[in-house]
Order: sequence, then structure tokens, then C-alpha cells
Amino acid sequence: MNLDLARWQFAVTTVYHFLFVPLTIGLSVLVASMQTVWVATGDDRWLRMTKFWGKLFLINFAMGVVTGIVQEFQFGMNWSDYSRFVGDVFGAPLAVEGLLAFFLESTFLGLWIFGWDRLSKRVHLACIWLAAIGTILSAYFILAANSWMQHPVGYAVNRATGRAELNDFGALLTNSTAVAAFGHTITACFVTAGMFLVAISAWNLARSRYPEVFRPSIRLGLWTVLVASLGVVLTGDIQARLMTQQQPMKMAAAEALWDTVAPASFSIFTIGTPDGTQELWSLRVPRLLSFLATGTWDGRVEGINQLQAQAVAAFGPGLYTPDIAMTYWMFRLMIGFGLLAALVSVIGLWLTRRRAGRFPAWFGTVALLGLVTPFAANSAGWIFTEMGRQPWVVFGVLQTADGVSPSVGWASVLTSLIVFTLLYGVLAVVEVVLLIRAVKAGPPPPGGATAGEPASVADPVPSY
Amino acid sequence: MELVDVWFVLIAVLWTGYLCLEGFDFGVGMLLPAVARDEHDRQVALGTIGPVWDGNEVWLLVAGGATFAAFPEWYASLFSGFYLAFLLLLVALILRGIALEYRSKEPRWAPVLDRILTGSSLVAALLVGVALSNIVHGVPLDADHEFTGTLLTLLNPYALLGGVTLVLVFALHGAAFLALKTDGPVRERSAAVAVTAGLLAVPAGGVFLVWTLLDGAPLWALAPVAVAALGLVLATVLVARGREGWSFTATTVAIVAVAVTLFGSLYPDVLPSTIDPAHSLTVVNAASTPYTLTIMTWVAGIFTPIVIGYQAWTFWVFRRRLTRQDYGAPAEVAGGVS
Ligand code: HDD
Ligand code: HEM
Ligand code: HEM
Repeated sequence: MNLDLARWQFAVTTVYHFLFVPLTIGLSVLVASMQTVWVATGDDRWLRMTKFWGKLFLINFAMGVVTGIVQEFQFGMNWSDYSRFVGDVFGAPLAVEGLLAFFLESTFLGLWIFGWDRLSKRVHLACIWLAAIGTILSAYFILAANSWMQHPVGYAVNRATGRAELNDFGALLTNSTAVAAFGHTITACFVTAGMFLVAISAWNLARSRYPEVFRPSIRLGLWTVLVASLGVVLTGDIQARLMTQQQPMKMAAAEALWDTVAPASFSIFTIGTPDGTQELWSLRVPRLLSFLATGTWDGRVEGINQLQAQAVAAFGPGLYTPDIAMTYWMFRLMIGFGLLAALVSVIGLWLTRRRAGRFPAWFGTVALLGLVTPFAANSAGWIFTEMGRQPWVVFGVLQTADGVSPSVGWASVLTSLIVFTLLYGVLAVVEVVLLIRAVKAGPPPPGGATAGEPASVADPVPSY
Repeated sequence: MELVDVWFVLIAVLWTGYLCLEGFDFGVGMLLPAVARDEHDRQVALGTIGPVWDGNEVWLLVAGGATFAAFPEWYASLFSGFYLAFLLLLVALILRGIALEYRSKEPRWAPVLDRILTGSSLVAALLVGVALSNIVHGVPLDADHEFTGTLLTLLNPYALLGGVTLVLVFALHGAAFLALKTDGPVRERSAAVAVTAGLLAVPAGGVFLVWTLLDGAPLWALAPVAVAALGLVLATVLVARGREGWSFTATTVAIVAVAVTLFGSLYPDVLPSTIDPAHSLTVVNAASTPYTLTIMTWVAGIFTPIVIGYQAWTFWVFRRRLTRQDYGAPAEVAGGVS
């Protein structure tokens, strides 16, 4: 009961946090790039872009911050036995993240928002870049912490205290899983932010609003999505191979592969019961799974039944398989939504290939719908990663059921689950309304956004 | 000094930084209705904390993260034990952040958001005070270091007094800060409010500190208690005389002295057990391994000064007093305060 509630709560708060995170990371770099172009060329359009996208970025950033606060403390609240067990190892990257990254991003973003008229152009530009670097550092350290849960390295379990103890911090930071997850996650962040530029620019262009601002914006967004999509596929491929070595059960579950085969085909779509042995119809690409998992076209991929038997032999009786249906479908949703995003970018690049010419209204709608795809892919990716690791919270070392807080009653957990869900629901509406209004208000007028005036981003007067 | 002691001190330093910094922005939030009569006033008042509040809050996040890394048992027992109190604190901090960031994005929501800001600043300050007092006083911990009380256990008279004291001290601290950072009517009202807050904070703080001394603080804690009391009194007197910079310095010194008193009384425990001292969490039995502590010491030793450096620079960049004219109010409305 407690376990299920605590898992739901972690899933709700974390997936919600990660709706804002990728946009923050990607958009911080894109806005910093826009401002760099303006500082380098003095072209007023790029200042207007900086202010318009900067305002949307800030609306989103605030949500990332407030939902992040919950993350920092909920390990102790809901997962106290987990925290006791892993604190020596896992606490370090978390603390380092705060010290190196959160201070950097919050302080320099404050300077950027309020410093337009207080700092020289170059120092002001440096502020947004430092904030952007902060978001990327933050991602690295938190992913190093998470990757240790996927593939524990650089530690030993102390039999006397029954706790995991760090013995090689360098190994934790250079964990192959962390490096791969970082590449994959950061590229996914750029798919997300790029798509955000594309969708909002297309909506405006379809209504012939501010083409001088939204044409450069949509081109920047489209190229970002295309290049980052390529990066996501390449890094995802590396991750899949690592995963096959480190968590073979997750790969088998991702494919609903019950028995070991070589070579293995990849099922794109299955009708029937992916969780059962009953397969009614499926669309398969021969040998593709072998390639994904091992990098060779006839590699052997181990099946759930064999892996379950191995796990019982290693860890004692128990069920060591994750929820197969969830894992199977989340893997496909991630890839599927990602491919859709790439498709939108290809169509968009084709449509905008010439400077002149009318912008087709239908693409405005398509791009707006397409905005859902990166968010869906991100969430699916994390749900896949985290649920595919079950029943372990630290793979092969600590089971999720043993990590939950023993002293917290179910009523408390239920209360907080309800409070967070409701509060987050309201905040989602607030954020979307704000974003829509900011988009409708449009960019500041030409020349009206000169840097000298005491203006925060896109506000006629300083904020507050 | 052993590494565990170094880390106890470092976590005390992080908390002290948090109380000194977020203390004034909590104060500004609480006092908004008292110091601002119209939208221009409110923009002046909130403009003083706009660029820095998020950086201030990170001190709390890092204090939490550092506790996890250096004293995992403390982190685990504290946050699971104070579950509902922390839930409330998290909700207050979420609402506060949203209110601060979104009021300028949608002026029509500003009246509601301002009320949320005032309420959440008050609740958050109260809860931080309650939590810190309970840490120092101790809570029922069993042999497994698990909290066995309820929410009501945490709402004992000593902790509630600690909460109220912190609210009043933050009000004084925030009012002194506003008086220092603004000009015009907001400055005048803040100075007046600071005097009232000071007159309330001095007796409340006095009783709380004496109670802390009687509750088993070491003898040397008399010194920081005296400094804290003196700081609060001086801050009140100084702000009444228009010496705003010195008044703010005095509240800051008082807050540092309160933190020294609290963490000084706590040491060498990190979370005492009121059931049996043998069940208490101490710097030794709650700590991480020397290896982890060594690494963390290097990281903290290198980066804490850098962080303090750039945060101090931020305060330098925004050193100018804010006035209504900055926010487009006609000059005559602002009044002739120099
Ligand atoms: C891949 C990136 C990533 C991931 C997996 C997470 N976060 Fe996050 N987090 C960020 C990337 C990020 C960020 C980009 O740095 C944010 C988003 C918006 C922001 O302000 O910074 C942030 C904000 C943020 C904040 C507020 C910082 C501030 O006040 O400036 C905290 C305390 C956390 N996060 C903590 C966590 C924890 C404990 C996580 C694990 C469960 C977590 N985040 C997952
Ligand atoms: C931001 C991206 C993340 C998302 C979307 C995410 C998603 C999830 C989900 C959906 C669960 C529930 C799984 C289940 O109940 O089967 C979960 C569990 C968990 N995750 Fe993550 N996670 C993320 C990042 C992290 C990170 C960075 C950490 C650690 C630093 C982490 C640690 C945990 C823990 C401790 C649990 C609870 C145990 C469990 O149910 O597996 N997660 N996460
Ligand atoms: C062909 C395309 C892709 C492949 C082969 C792929 C592969 C993977 C794999 C194997 C994992 C799990 C790693 C683990 O559990 O150890 C993963 C996780 C994830 N994926 Fe993908 N992925 C692809 C596309 C995408 C796209 C398009 C997005 C988003 C735009 C995305 C976002 C994520 C996220 C956020 C995670 C969780 C974080 C992580 O573990 O890195 N993926 N992906």
C-alpha cells in the first residue's frame, strides 16, 4: 500500500518536473544563442526574438524551479530507507548539483532578468550563458545519480552497517550509463525546445503575424529539431547496447521477448497480449533487435524466462520482471513520438526552404499538434527507464520495496499524493494560460526593445 | 577537528546563509501589505528581492543536499519524521515562487498572487522556525532512528515559540532591508514597521533564547545569546534613527548569533531522541564514510567561496535604492524623501 502510493507520488512529481526541465535546458541555450547573434550583429530582430522567447523561457523556468524543490526533499520523505542505504553514494552528486549548478543558474538568471540596464552588453550576455551552463551541469549530476541506480559502480556494500559506501567518485561521474544518458537526455532537450520554437512560430506565421521575427525563429527551431533528433537516435542506440549488457531484463521487457533467440527480430507493433504469450498479429523487422541490442545483425538476445531463472539463482526466490506491457509500450511511444517530431521538422524545412512564398496555414496546426510529441517522448522515455528497472530501485542491490519510509503512514503519503496532484494540476493550467497570453501578446515592437531602457524581458517596466 | 565536525559546521553555515538571505525576502513578502499602498509601491518593494530570491532559496536546497550526502541518517529521519510539516513547507515554497515570478507576467492576477505571497512567506517562515526548534529540542526517535510521534508532537510550545520568533525576526530583518533598499513612501513605512517588528521580536526572541539555554545548551551559548539579543535591540533603535544600513547589519548579526546558539546547543547530536539519549542521531552515527566526506570537503571548499563571491557581486550590481519613479510613477507622488 505505502509502496504503491510512494511510487505513484514519485512518478507524478518527477514526470511533472521533467515536463519543464527539457524546455528549460534547451531554451536557455537557444535564447542565449539569439542574444549572442544580436550582440554580434546589432540586428534588432534578434533582440526582439531574445525578449519574446526569453519571456516564455522564464514562465517555464519558474515551474521547473518550484517543482524541483519537491524533488530535493522527497527522497528523505518517502524513501527514507533508500536514503539511509544509498546516502553515502547518492547524496554526493545531489549536493554537488546544488552547489555547482543551482546556485549558478538561479543567481545568473536573476542578473539576466534584472540586469538589462545595469550591466554592459557583454557581461549581460555572459549571464544568460552561465545560467544555461548551470542547467546543463545540473542535468549531468542528477543523471550521474540516477545512472548509479541503473548501473551501480564505484561502491561497496558494508556488511557491518548494511549500507552502500562510495569508494570511487570518479567512477560514479564517468559511469558509462551516465555519459550515455546525458547525451541522450540533452539531445532530447533540444528536440523539445526546438519543437517549441517551431510550433509557436508556425502558429504566428500561419496568421502572418510578425514574419520578420518568426521566420528566423522557425528556421532555428526546425534545424535544432532535425539535428537533435539525429543525436537522440544515435545516443539512444548507444544506450540500448549498454542496457543490454547492464540490465538485460529491461531490454527483454522492452521487446516482450519471452525466450532467448538469435537473431532477434524487432516488433514495431503487436496486437494481442504483449504481456502474455498470446501474440495474435505483429509487424516485425527481421534482425533489427539483434542490431539494437548487440550491434550485430545476428546477435543473441536473452529472453525474460531465462533471465528470471538466472535472477532467482543469483538473488533467491522472487519475481524479477518489470511490468512487461508498460515497458514494451513506453519504449515504442518514446521512439514513435520522437520520429514524429523529426518528421514535422523535415516537412517544415521543406516548406520554408525559400525566403518568399506564402506560409501554409495547415502547417500551423500540424506544428502545434507536434508540440505534444517531444513531451510525450520524454515522459515515455523516463517511465520506460524507471519501470523497466523494477523491482529494483538500485539495480541488483536494493529492491524498491525495501526503500520506502517505514515510519510514514499510508494516510500521510496519500495526503501528499493528493495535495501535489491537485496543486500541480492547477499550476499546469496557470502556466498554459500564461504561455498562451504571452504568445498572443507577440514580440516587442521594432526598436522598442532597445537594451538601454530599464526593462526586464519583454516587460514595459521592470518586473515586480 | 574530525571531518564529521567540519561537516556539522558546514551544514550550520548553509542554514545560517539561508536564514540571513531568505530571511529578508520572507520578511518582504510578509510585510508587502503593510509597506505598499498601490501598485507602484508593490513594484518597488518586490523589486528589491526580485533578482535574488531564487539564489537565496538555493541555500536551503544545498543544505538539504549536503545533509543527504554528509549525514544520510539525519536526512532520512528528519524528512520522513517531519513529513506533514515538510509537505506544508513545500506547498508554501511552491506557491511563493509562483507568486513572485508570475505577478509581473499577468498584472491582472497580481492582487491574488500578492496575497498568496504574503501568506506563504509567513507560513514558510513559521515552519522553518518550528522545524529548527524541534531539531534542537529533539523528537521521539526509536532505536532504529525512526520518528514515532505525530504532527502534534512537532507543534509543542517551544517549537511554536521558535516559529513565531523566526517570523518576527524575519519581519524586522525584511523591514530593515526594505528601508535600506528603497526610497520614498515604502522606505518611510518600512522603517516604521521595523520598529514595531523589533518591539515584538525582542521579547519573543528573548524568551525563546532563554528557553533554549535552559533546555540544555552549553554554557558558552550565553555569548551568542547575548549578541543576538543586543543585535535585535540595536537593529530596532538604529532603524528608528534612520541608520538603515547598520540596522540591517545588526539583524544579520542577530540571525547569525541565533543560528550559532541553536547549532551549538545541538552539537554533537544532529537529532536528539527524547525517548532515550542512546537513540539520538549524532555527528558520528549519522555520518557518511570518511571517503565521501573528504570528497565533499574538497568540492565545498572550492565552490562555496566562489558562490559567495558571485552572489555578493549580485548585491553590488543591484545596490541602488529603488523608487517609484523607476516604475513609471510621476515624481510628485513619490514625496520628497531623500
Ligand atoms: C536532465 C535534467 C534533470 C533531471 C533528471 C532532474 N532535474 Fe531538477 N532541474 C533541472 C534538471 C533536471 C534543471 C534544468 O536544472 C532545472 C529545471 C528548471 C530549473 O530551474 O532548473 C531543475 C530544477 C530543480 C530544482 C530547483 C533549482 C532552483 O531552485 O534553481 C531542484 C531542487 C531540482 N531540480 C532537483 C531535482 C531532483 C532531486 C531530481 C531527481 C529526482 C531532478 N531535479 C531531476
Ligand atoms: C526527471 C526524470 C525522471 C523521471 C521522469 C522518472 C520517472 C520515474 C517513475 C515513472 C518512477 C516510478 C516507477 C515505478 O513506480 O515503476 C520513478 C521511480 C523512481 N525514480 Fe525516477 N525518474 C526520473 C529521474 C530520476 C532521478 C534523476 C532519480 C534519482 C536521482 C530517480 C530516482 C527514482 C526513485 C528513487 C524512484 C522510486 C522507486 C521506484 O518506484 O522505482 N528518478 N521515477
Ligand atoms: C530511435 C530512437 C531512440 C532510441 C533507440 C532510444 C533508446 C533509449 C533507451 C535504450 C533508453 C533507456 C536507457 C536506460 O534505461 O538505461 C532511453 C531512455 C530515454 N529516452 Fe530514448 N530513445 C530514442 C528516442 C528518444 C526520443 C525521440 C526522446 C525524446 C525526445 C527520448 C527520450 C528519452 C528519455 C528522456 C529517456 C530517459 C532518460 C535516459 O535514460 O536517458 N528518446 N531511450
